[in-house]
Amino acid sequence: MEVVRLRVNGDERVCGVPAHYTLLETLRYGLGLTGSKQGCDKGDCGACTVIVDGRAILSCITPVWEAEGREVRTVEGLANGTETHPVQDEFDLNGAAQCGFCTPGILCSSVALLDGNQSPTREEIRKALAGNLCRCTGYEKIYDAVEAAAARLGP
Amino acid sequence: MAVIRDMIPPFELFQPAGVDDAVRLMREHGDKGWVLAGGLDTFDWFKDRIKRPEAVIDLGGVDELKGIAVADDGGLEIGAMTSLTDIAENGDVRSGYPLLADAAGLVATPQIRNQGTLGGNIVQDTRCWYYRSGWPCYRAGGNICYAATPRSMNREHCIMGASRCVAVNPSDTAPALIALDAEMVVASTSGERTYTAEDFFIGPDIDIMRMTVLEPGDLLTRIVLPAPWSGARWYFEKIRDRKAWDFSLVSVASMVNVEGGMIQDARIVVNGVAPCPVRATAAERAVRGRAPDDETGQAAGEIAVRGARALRHNDYKIALMRNLVKRSIRDAA
Ligand SMILES: Cc1cc2nc3c(=O)[nH]c(=O)nc-3n(C[C@H](O)[C@H](O)[C@H](O)COP(=O)(O)OP(=O)(O)OC[C@H]3O[C@@H](n4cnc5c(N)ncnc54)[C@H](O)[C@@H]3O)c2cc1C
Ligand code: SF4
Repeated sequence: MEVVRLRVNGDERVCGVPAHYTLLETLRYGLGLTGSKQGCDKGDCGACTVIVDGRAILSCITPVWEAEGREVRTVEGLANGTETHPVQDEFDLNGAAQCGFCTPGILCSSVALLDGNQSPTREEIRKALAGNLCRCTGYEKIYDAVEAAAARLGP
Repeated sequence: MAVIRDMIPPFELFQPAGVDDAVRLMREHGDKGWVLAGGLDTFDWFKDRIKRPEAVIDLGGVDELKGIAVADDGGLEIGAMTSLTDIAENGDVRSGYPLLADAAGLVATPQIRNQGTLGGNIVQDTRCWYYRSGWPCYRAGGNICYAATPRSMNREHCIMGASRCVAVNPSDTAPALIALDAEMVVASTSGERTYTAEDFFIGPDIDIMRMTVLEPGDLLTRIVLPAPWSGARWYFEKIRDRKAWDFSLVSVASMVNVEGGMIQDARIVVNGVAPCPVRATAAERAVRGRAPDDETGQAAGEIAVRGARALRHNDYKIALMRNLVKRSIRDAA
């Protein structure tokens, strides 16, 4: 076991994990943050996407020690207290989630995009979400939701 | 064959703070050690338990390997640990070497580009799925190629240059770096040496178990781009099965120097067709002194595919290569 110290969603967290654990395994099985999903576990599907230092990354393929000293944001940390993030609201209003398995990763990719670019074009949204697979929605409603959230957040 | 997936076997972790430390550790552990950059290729191997190094040497803390700097001669030096996103978005890369910005920006997905490094993208292993699934083929030290039997699934494999192994190099940045005539700087405990990008990649005729000149103990430290060819035109295109993201089936990277409406010089590099990225040198010679038009491109394409021989499922790659070479001359801008 190794003791890792992480900053997750603004909280300092300490946890003992095997040295070869990934960030995803630590979040899910060490810290109980099961919002980030274990899909393919190989970097193909994007369900494990979290935001580290402002950038979307794949937690399934990131060794946990790489996240020490950095700012980790997961789907659990997108809402402000009980107030949902505009992207979460718009996913709800636009019917952008069906089975929901891919949703946490897509929310994180969307928030990472909107934090850096508050008026993305549809094409920029498609590109930013290219690494997140969804087998239910056909993506269009997801893009609609991100567009609507951008309109709310935008200048 | 029973393979336990998704549980990484234990290893000893080393986190050197500098290149000197890293190469010392790499020498100490030899072929039982593994260099870790962004981990995108690495963890795929570890989770399948097919590669089981005893020691992992993580380059994440080696700051001197990160970043992009303008060199004295106007060229650019890119540290091996620079992320693909940082390269695709860097102003100096975009203005002087749009070919590389494009190639890096088309690798995989945003998340993978945020984590994956240029060094790792260059040094990554082949994606032949027999080999990646742990079949004991030539490349894994065995004595058969499972991709070249009459019943093999070999749609993604070579159409030229094979020697027993018919796997291809999956890197998108590799052909761009060869077209740009980049240099690769390699460090080991015996000092530093430099290779042209073209010489850096090796085929199974030279060593069937490696994709590059790197041997255990060798660290790729930086990639040096020469000063931009003034007025050069460039072209990069990758063809993949899916539009969102995928490995290339075939990719082409070209630099074309045109003066007075005539091609003075060209470098045409194709990946996905041979064990390592290939320069279409005969086509490069043939286009010199001609206008960069459809006819010249067509001729270049025909010359480039001379000698290509399809496996059972990949004759489409011959047409792809011919057409990509044509476009790379005709449409270079
Ligand atoms: C889902 C998926 C899709 C992908 N799609 C594409 C694609 O479209 N195009 C493409 O080109 N690639 C693609 N890749 C491959 C990916 O881009 C590369 O695996 C990645 O760039 C490797 O970089 P890394 O930093 O993660 O390397 P690592 O995985 O950390 O390292 C890769 C290899 O290089 C060695 N290495 C790394 N750095 C050095 C160094 N400085 N010196 C010596 N050896 C070193 C490591 O030991 C290891 O063997 C894809 C990968 C995945 C998982
Ligand atoms: S193509 Fe190469 S890597 Fe694939 S099975 Fe044959 S020898 Fe192995």
